[in-house]
Amino acid sequence: MFPVTYYLGLSAILFTLGALGVLIKRNAIVIFMSIELMLNAANLAFVAFARAYGALSGQIFVFFVMAVAAAEVAVGLALIVTIFHTKQNIDIDQMNMMKG
Amino acid sequence: MFLAILPELSILLVGLVILFLDMILPKERGNTLGWVAAVGLFLLIAVNLLVARPGSEPRLVWGGMLRHDWMGFVFKMMFMFSAAITSLFIMEVNRIGKNGEFYLLMLASTLGMCLMASASDLIMLYLAIETTSIPLYVLAGFLKHDDKSTEAGFKYLLFGAMTSAIMLYGLSLLYGFAGTTNLYALVASFGEQQISDVVLFGSLLLVLVGFGFKISVVPLHFWAPDVYEGAPTPVAGFLSTASKAAGFAVLLRVLMIAFPNLIPYWGAVIAALSTATMTLGNLLALTQKNIKRLLAYSSIAHAGYALIGLVAVSTLGITSVVFYLVVYIVTNLAAFGAVAALGRVAGSDEVAAYAGLSRRSPWLALAMLVAFLSLAGMPPFGGFVVKFVVFAAAVQADMIWLAVVGVLNSIIGLYYYLTVLKVVYLYRSEDEEKPLPIPGSYQLAIIVLAIGIVVLGTVLAPWFSLTSGAAQAIF
Repeated sequence: MFPVTYYLGLSAILFTLGALGVLIKRNAIVIFMSIELMLNAANLAFVAFARAYGALSGQIFVFFVMAVAAAEVAVGLALIVTIFHTKQNIDIDQMNMMKG
Repeated sequence: MFLAILPELSILLVGLVILFLDMILPKERGNTLGWVAAVGLFLLIAVNLLVARPGSEPRLVWGGMLRHDWMGFVFKMMFMFSAAITSLFIMEVNRIGKNGEFYLLMLASTLGMCLMASASDLIMLYLAIETTSIPLYVLAGFLKHDDKSTEAGFKYLLFGAMTSAIMLYGLSLLYGFAGTTNLYALVASFGEQQISDVVLFGSLLLVLVGFGFKISVVPLHFWAPDVYEGAPTPVAGFLSTASKAAGFAVLLRVLMIAFPNLIPYWGAVIAALSTATMTLGNLLALTQKNIKRLLAYSSIAHAGYALIGLVAVSTLGITSVVFYLVVYIVTNLAAFGAVAALGRVAGSDEVAAYAGLSRRSPWLALAMLVAFLSLAGMPPFGGFVVKFVVFAAAVQADMIWLAVVGVLNSIIGLYYYLTVLKVVYLYRSEDEEKPLPIPGSYQLAIIVLAIGIVVLGTVLAPWFSLTSGAAQAIF
């Protein structure tokens, strides 16, 4: 069995990749995928810690996170579709009606 | 045990009734749904105040997920109150007011806020925050034929999802350091595991990103003006009051309960955030031409004032934060209500559209005067008293410089609130002869709020003892 630090390292890498994706990418759907990556990085950390402690609470946390992520994506995709109807694209740089 | 979640059950009940009525009522239903939501919530607030008051001994219920104490109870009543008032405003908004889903989503979000206020477990905390946020994303983008509204909803969702992912990563690290998810057991576990303060503080910062988004402190504030401008006005009012207060509720509990050992660290960070939030919020508000954006920056500044009480780290400090939020909720709902009342007739949220308002509708102008002067911190309104208490908490904790920054900021704030009132009272416009119809529900809500502002500012003792009881119950 690998020590917990290996998993944490992987989780940190995933989180960084996700955060970079959110900051760099301009396509709304790719940004959503990056956010999912960040959430899954946290999930990995939870599961690794739960295994290390032999406690279940971390694993339960992960279940709830997955459910929440699904709800969030459902709402997000609905909004993206609505925006696509009027603008014909989902580039977040084009979403600049309000400024100031 | 069920008494501890009676407010949540009440909200659920109202939501189910609305869902049912939405199904059976014909299309020409008038404002039935809105009245059911508002009257139902007011009645259930009364029931809760009579029956569900927590005892003097706070206790953990539902497997340690929730804590039944005065802190949570006071916040829950505030959330139910603002949901009821928001229903009164919503019912007259085109394409929304007769929509059962809208009320249901608003109630779901209120339910999440109630859970946020009493959550004592990291799992519950995360779930409650998301239960609050996800319906709010939909509410902000509810007008799907209005490009501004969908854009507001999407921006809110994007920033919300990203900050909550960062917060979750922080929570996973905290869980890893402690091995437990119970908020009240965290301190002891941190002690046993001998985690270094710096590492712990790093994880806390990640969690603070999520909380900071909810209360819109300065580096994480940029969503607020856009979302408030695009969202339907009553939703913006709801976002700026209930949702922000819920953020403060978790912030207070997590910082005071789980991280008392890190006070030197987070005290400095919160002091810096408070200064930046007040100053930037007020300075950016000066140049705004759109009243919803102006109120958005003003509400950012108010989060900064409330944070002063948290920096004081004392019972008086926490009391002042809770008291500040009570008054701020009532005042800001009144301000947004007045904006909604004019916006639905004038079709514009520009400050210029308020010219001649005092002649078109003297009573609405008076309500705006009361709300804006209270926001500015003028006696005899509630805003003055709570600013006084917050600054007093800072002085008591030897943070005199922070109180001075707060006072200077209040002066900047006074300027832009008075600018709006100048347009309302002194400017003439060609529409002065046109009547300004204000629906009955708006009249009721604005009268209740205006009386509330005056009562909170003149009869102090009961509110102060209530909030200080809440502050003591947190530990």
